[in-house]
Amino acid sequence: MAEIGASSQTNPFRWLVVAVPYLWLIVFFAAPFLIILKISLSDTAIAMPPYTPTFEGFGALGDFLSQLDFDNYQFLTEDPLYFNAYLSSLRIAAISTLLLLLIGYPMALAMARASSTIRPTLMMMVILPFWTSFLIRVYAWIGILKPEGLLTLLLQTIGLLGPDDQVQIFRTDYAVFIGIVYSYLPFMVLPLYAALEKMDGTLLEAASDLGCPPWKAFWKITFPLSLPGVIAGSMICFIPITGEFVIPDLLGGAETLMIGKTLWTEFFGNRDWPLASAVAILLLLALVVPIVIFQNQQQKAG
Amino acid sequence: MAKSLGPVKRKFSPWTDPSATPFIRFENITKRYGDFIAVDNLTLDIYEREFFSLLGPSGCGKTTLMRMLAGFEEPTSGRILLQGRDLSGTPPYKRPTNMMFQSYALFPHMTVEKNIAFGLEQDGLPKPEIRARVEEMLKLVKLEAFARRKPAQLSGGQRQRVALARSLAKRPKVLLLDEPLGALDRKLREETQFELMDIQHTLGLTFLIVTHDQEEAMTVSDRIAVMDKGIVVQVATPAEIYEGPNSRYVAEFIGDINILECALTENAGVCLHEGHPPVVRLESDGLSIAVEQECPAAVGDRVAFAIRPEKVRISLDPPAAAETNTAHGEVWDIGYLGDFSVFLVKLEDGRVLRAAQANVSRLVDRPITFGDMVWLTWPLDAGLVLTR
Repeated sequence: MAEIGASSQTNPFRWLVVAVPYLWLIVFFAAPFLIILKISLSDTAIAMPPYTPTFEGFGALGDFLSQLDFDNYQFLTEDPLYFNAYLSSLRIAAISTLLLLLIGYPMALAMARASSTIRPTLMMMVILPFWTSFLIRVYAWIGILKPEGLLTLLLQTIGLLGPDDQVQIFRTDYAVFIGIVYSYLPFMVLPLYAALEKMDGTLLEAASDLGCPPWKAFWKITFPLSLPGVIAGSMICFIPITGEFVIPDLLGGAETLMIGKTLWTEFFGNRDWPLASAVAILLLLALVVPIVIFQNQQQKAG
Repeated sequence: MAKSLGPVKRKFSPWTDPSATPFIRFENITKRYGDFIAVDNLTLDIYEREFFSLLGPSGCGKTTLMRMLAGFEEPTSGRILLQGRDLSGTPPYKRPTNMMFQSYALFPHMTVEKNIAFGLEQDGLPKPEIRARVEEMLKLVKLEAFARRKPAQLSGGQRQRVALARSLAKRPKVLLLDEPLGALDRKLREETQFELMDIQHTLGLTFLIVTHDQEEAMTVSDRIAVMDKGIVVQVATPAEIYEGPNSRYVAEFIGDINILECALTENAGVCLHEGHPPVVRLESDGLSIAVEQECPAAVGDRVAFAIRPEKVRISLDPPAAAETNTAHGEVWDIGYLGDFSVFLVKLEDGRVLRAAQANVSRLVDRPITFGDMVWLTWPLDAGLVLTR
């Protein structure tokens, strides 16, 4: 150990390699976070930038600090809109994650069990949507789901809908779920596939040999062994879905309440940067808990 | 016959009793994968309480045969009978066989005791009974102290024991062992071989073991089936296989052997010893060979003479009389194995014969060394005429 310490002192390049990721985190995570934190403690103002106080140098530091307060956070607790938006976001994220698991798990399992010759093709098909812009794909769903869209046309053609009926999905929570599940599916399938693919097939033979029929072996062997993938996929989906803005904005209706949308409205609609920053900070804190659980799980698995 | 072949492990030979019914019967089994024939119209009987080995090089169909008995593969044609009951269509989880996998296939997310209990839980046994059986199995494989560990926290040898305990826990009618000791080092392997025999004897189960290790097959088995390209070449006891191989393939696969191409010059000649078969005489490029053996070949046929190195005597002095069963040559190489020394002797025509000598004393007056001219001799019943 002493030798490693010595060489890291003598070799500045080695130090640099270690420093780069830290520098990255400081510049692109810690610094913005601190700025947002500071704005969240400020008061809104009709000015440029739209809040006070602004940092005027170290001479006026005491004065600067004395103007910071928790008014915005207090306001968030007073207006039920924000609490409901958080709750609604978590609910939508939880339901979406569950749907993603229900759809993604069979897909990943089928991929992992497919013959090795077609596996790359299946993998390609999962990744392929990434080659198109995310925004365009969401707009495509508008084209499909809107009342005079492709889905209505299809259902009318095959006779499931009368010529004057239309599908009423667009601008509802259903459309949001469809958009989220569609967009996040690869993020669920890939970790699940990675976990399932490395599973030793003879384990299932052993289970069968010991008297365990296949459906039971799935719950006793396959599923427990894929849990790291299930947790990784769920976290990777749940966390960004909670803060999702684009999909509810484009596909959701007026009643679709999500914290990402609320945040956007505060920032750009009301130009209340301090309040929006407080919303962002609380969202971050709400997500830190699942992230920490995720990290712990990863460490246990590794 | 006045003499019999080699040592006998125990008085157990149901296969010689025509009235005995086989425990497992492979009946005209064929298994095809596309154009490849893994098992070719194979028929084989295995008896209750037998320790039976399937021996052969990789790709000879031995593992496929075992997997068909376990139910992981269905034969393309033919049927497998267990105690007279046709197993076709019975899924693995309903067969009274258990398998110890080559990779052990232990469930990594379960502790040792959970692994062992797995099969018993599938049978829906009451909890106290499962506990008792797991304890018993842990004791059998001497792993009581490791019950709460996960497989990843065990050594290779310990994992192998867990795998054995798990496959034995359900008291299967037949235990299938797929290259069970392949991953162990030599010392541990030998120990485990004797333990396996012990366990098999104590529990009175039928063991079917697949191996490519002829030493392992020789040590543990009551009978061995030597396989090649999907067929069984010979089924016999280890001693019969070693001392009386029925073909060059078996002779060369099991142990070390000298093979000489010969022409048969006299068959069913005089009877030199009372009670022994008559003499067969062979000619092999100037060497004249005599063997006491029943031989189906005719005079003039090309046959092979096979003799194990340890049955060839090596000496610096010429033999007293006899021109037959004698070869003269130069020591070309020596392999010192500790217990044995193997001498490679080059005959005048360039052929090399191997002679092994047990190193019975630590010090000898004049050891045989490189370049020595030596005489090789062997008795009438030491070698074997092989016609195929």
